[in-house]
This record gives sequence, C-alpha cells and structure tokens, in this order.
Amino acid sequence: MEAVLEAFLSHYNYGMAIILMMIGLYALIAKQNLVKKLIGLNIFQTAIFLFYISFADVEGGIAPIYLPEGMEAIYVNPLPHVLILTAIVVGVSVTAVGLSLIVRIYEEYGVIDEAGLLKMVKRR
Amino acid sequence: MIEHLPVLLVTVPIVAALLILLLGWHDSRFCYPLTLATILFQFAGGIALLIEVMREGTIRYYLGGWAPPLGIEFVIDTFNGYILPIVLLLALATAVYARRSVEKEIKPEKIVSFYVLFQLLVTGLVGMTITGDIFNLYVFLEISSIAAYTLIASSRKPRAYVAALNYLVLGSIAGGFVLLGIGNLYVATGTLNMADLARLLPASYGLATVHTAFLLLVIGFSIKVALFPLHLWLPDAYTEAPSAVTVLISTVMAKVSVYAMFRVIFSVFTTAYFVETVPVTELILFIAAVAIVAGAVLAIAQEDLKRMLAYSSVSQVGYIVFALGVANQIALEGGLLHILGHAVMKGCLFMVAGVIIYRLGTSSFSDLKGVAATMPVTCAAFALAGASMIGVPPTIGFASKYYLVLGALEAGHWVYAAVLLAGSLLAVGYIWRFIEVAYFSASSHHEGGDHHPAPGVREAPLSMLVPMVILSILCLVLGIFVDPLMKIVAPAVSLLLGGA
Repeated sequence: MEAVLEAFLSHYNYGMAIILMMIGLYALIAKQNLVKKLIGLNIFQTAIFLFYISFADVEGGIAPIYLPEGMEAIYVNPLPHVLILTAIVVGVSVTAVGLSLIVRIYEEYGVIDEAGLLKMVKRR
Repeated sequence: MIEHLPVLLVTVPIVAALLILLLGWHDSRFCYPLTLATILFQFAGGIALLIEVMREGTIRYYLGGWAPPLGIEFVIDTFNGYILPIVLLLALATAVYARRSVEKEIKPEKIVSFYVLFQLLVTGLVGMTITGDIFNLYVFLEISSIAAYTLIASSRKPRAYVAALNYLVLGSIAGGFVLLGIGNLYVATGTLNMADLARLLPASYGLATVHTAFLLLVIGFSIKVALFPLHLWLPDAYTEAPSAVTVLISTVMAKVSVYAMFRVIFSVFTTAYFVETVPVTELILFIAAVAIVAGAVLAIAQEDLKRMLAYSSVSQVGYIVFALGVANQIALEGGLLHILGHAVMKGCLFMVAGVIIYRLGTSSFSDLKGVAATMPVTCAAFALAGASMIGVPPTIGFASKYYLVLGALEAGHWVYAAVLLAGSLLAVGYIWRFIEVAYFSASSHHEGGDHHPAPGVREAPLSMLVPMVILSILCLVLGIFVDPLMKIVAPAVSLLLGGA
C-alpha cells in the first residue's frame, strides 16, 4: 500500500492527468446534454495537454531563453510545449465545429439532450 | 521543381483552398475549375513521385532544409508511393463527380465552402500519406478529420448534423488516443521522426510506456478506420453525408487511415515487436474475422442502398486488417491490393447510390424497383463493381481475396481462410439485393403506384456517369493486369516486413 502511495505521490502529475482524462471520458459517455458532452471532450483533451507539459518539465528548469556569456541554466524541454500549442489549436477548432453543430441540431430539433434527440430523429 | 514536388503536393492545395474561398466569394463559378485543376496537379504529382520512387528508390524531403530528427521530413517509399496515386485518383474521380451532385444536395450558399473543405480534406490525407514525422501525421489527421466533420454536416438533411456530431465526438477521442500514444513514444525515445523511432524503439521494447503507446495508437486508428466494433460512427456518417462526400470519405479517408495504421505498426514498431514482443496478431485476426462477418450480415439486413454499402465497408475493412493479423508476405500483398481494389469498387458503388439519389431522391430499396430499365448504364456499373466486391474472377476483388486466402493458408489459419470465403458468400447476399430489386422487380409505376413520375427518371448526367463507369471498368482492368501491379505491391510489402 505504502509503495503504491509512494509511486503515486512521486508521479502525481501523471496520476492527475489520468484522473482528469477519466473525468472527461465519463462526461462524454454519461452526460445527456450535448454541450456537457463537448465539455467532457475538452476536459479529455486538456488532460492530454497536461500530460505532455508535465513530462516536458525538468526540476529547477527555466524557459529556454538564450543566456548571456558565462551563465548556465537547466532548460525545460521546449518541444512538447510547441506540440501542444498545435494540439490546442486542433482542440479549439474541434470545439468550434462541435458547438456549431449543436446549435444547428437545436435549431432543427429543438432539443440538446441525447435521449430527446434520439426520439426526435426516429420520429422523422 | 521536381525535387520540391513532395512539399508542393501539400502547399499548393492549401494556397488553392484559400484562393477558392476568395475567388468564390466574388463568383462561385470559379470554385469548381480551381478545385479540379489543383487535384489534377496533385494526381499528376502523385504519379510522377511513384515513377520516381520505382526508379530511384525512397525519396526524402527535408522541410525547410532542416535534417531530421530535428526537422520534419516527407518520405515517399514504395508503400506510400503506391497509396498516394490511389488517394488522388479517387479524389479526382470524386471531384469530377461532385459538381452536379453538389448542385442538388447542398444549399447554393454553401457550395464555396464545400469546395474549400473538399480541397482541405484531400490535402490533409495527402499529408498523412507522405509525412515521415509521427506528430505531423497527427496534425494532418486532424486537418482531414475536421474537414470531414463539416463536409458531412453540409448535407441538406438535418440528420446529417447528428451524424456529424457523432463522428466528431468519436473521431476526437480517436485523435486524443493517437496524441497520447505519440506522447508515450516521445517519452520512451525522445524523437518524433518515424525512421528514428524505428531505430531507437527496440532498446525500450520491454517498457510499459511503449506497450501503452502501441495500444493507444492501434485503438485510435481502429476508430478511424471503423474496425468493428468501433464502427458505430460510420453507418450514419456515410448515409447522411452528401453523395460526393460519402464517395470521398468511404474510399480515400478510410484507406489513408488504414495506411496510417499499417505505417505505425510496421514502420515505427516493426514486425518483430507486434508479432513477438506483444503477440496481438491472433487477437487482430479474430477481430478482423468478426468484422468481416458482422459487417456483411448487418449489410444484408439494411433496407437502404447507401446504408447497406456503409455496412459493407465495415466488412471490407475487416479484410484489410485481416492481412495485418496474418502478417506474411502473401497476405499483406492481398491486403495492399484490397486497399486499391476496395477504394475503386466502393467508390463506384457509392457513386451509383449518389446517382440514384440524384435522379430518384431516395435510395431505399422499396423505391428502386425496376430502376435498371431507366438507368441501364448505372446499374451495369453497379453489377460490375458488385461482382468485384464479391470476388468474381477476373476482377480486382478476386485477386486481392485470392492472395489473402493464400496467405492465411500459408500461415496455417484454416478456419480464418474459411471465414474469408464466407464473407464473400455474404457479399453475394447484399450485392444481390440491389441487383434483384433493380433488374428483376417490376417497376412500381407499372403496377399503378404513383411514387415517381417516370419522365423524371432517366440516365445520370454525363459528368457523374463518366467517373463512375471508369471506376467500374478499372475494377475489371486492374484485375486482369494484376501482374504489373504486383511489381509495385511486392516491394512495398517487403519494405513493410523488413521494417527498414
């Protein structure tokens, strides 16, 4: 038990990412409201971003900025940050498309909950 | 010029997409010729690259002159050199076909954005095909996916919004899994270049990080290729999308996702990993076999032509993934042939469905009685491509299934070889349904039914007919001239199995 706790505490950033991911997936599956589903998707994606950012970190590391002659420092890995910048853009676009689809669905069917929507789709 | 061709295949269409938007704002008549010209350019480029690869060997293009692993590179070898022309041939055929179909199925004010997104979808898929950097693969995957979601929703039918949202949610989960898998690979090796990953990964094959990455990537791509039972987004998306979009995503997008799956499994993880380190081949074989049978059975149960073809796609994807599970030279040759064969024949079949919707406004079997009398060429094209789907010699469908069965027998999978044959028999079941309705049922208006005034129903317009007929003839021609084709496919498979 203690070993498990120790392992969790020493890597708690990854643990938190996984917990967030599961919260997101849960919302995606269990929530009836379409907007809440999309929020779940966002939480899921954010958890992945956090995972990337946390493995890029180096203890005591600073931002990779060019230092004057004679000074030394430990840099954090900049590459995952850059990758995630791209992934954030993707996430924003997906959210935008998803929300606009939900707006359209609401205009057409007048509902934004899944069960109601299924009923409406079947009726037509 | 020629040495910059790989990057031009991606940058030119992105600029063209912007031009289509700007000029289309001014006058929407510019959109179509521009789209067609760009895709023609891409197609010619794809062929040129294939010829170059066959002659000179693998092409490596460093973006901005930055050498990998620091920079991103585009790699064209025999495998994606073979996939690229298939993708662009189908894109070209769809572009020609789309014009009339779009006029009818999409609101006029959306036509400009349709062509822009069409262009972006094709570009994203081309990028996925030629990139040699795994994160770049993810970016192109998302470009093409977002374009696909919006294209599906561009239909006039409100149900398309629901189908698109469904696909968006599942597709984004798939994208998330792929992204996580890439992150794990980066943690294990510190590189994102595929060739570099293949070099560095063997040292960490024992790590749980690598196993997790493998699982996440395989599951992510399985959702994208709609491998049973992760296919739930597919039937609605294919049925509700405008016909031209269905043709494009069912052929090109599905095939590129399969390509990405093969590329990651063989070129990043290598055969040694997934046959010996994590023995998942048995599991993949089993899932593929279930997909083949379940997809076909569900297809038989459908009452709508387009939906039936969608379920048939679930079944046919099973065949391609089956090759992955057998993982020997002959079966993979069959799998790669089936990538081409299925793209051509399913493209043709969905074009037929689109033409029927164009003329009749419906694709439900009960409304299609005796349609062969009024649309003979369309139904003949369906019969030919359908024969290929079943695997009647000498079509391409026969060649690919023949190699698959041979490969399965060589590996000693007798039961699974029988499943392949059973899948073909079930294909007879669903292809025959349309043939029976179209050719052997009395037309409903002869019986005094007043569903469709006969004068409105006639043969499809020429611009839709030509690509459809060309594709159906290709099913036959490729099947007859399968030997020259094998000269491209065989080295591609050796490359995959060699892992080099």
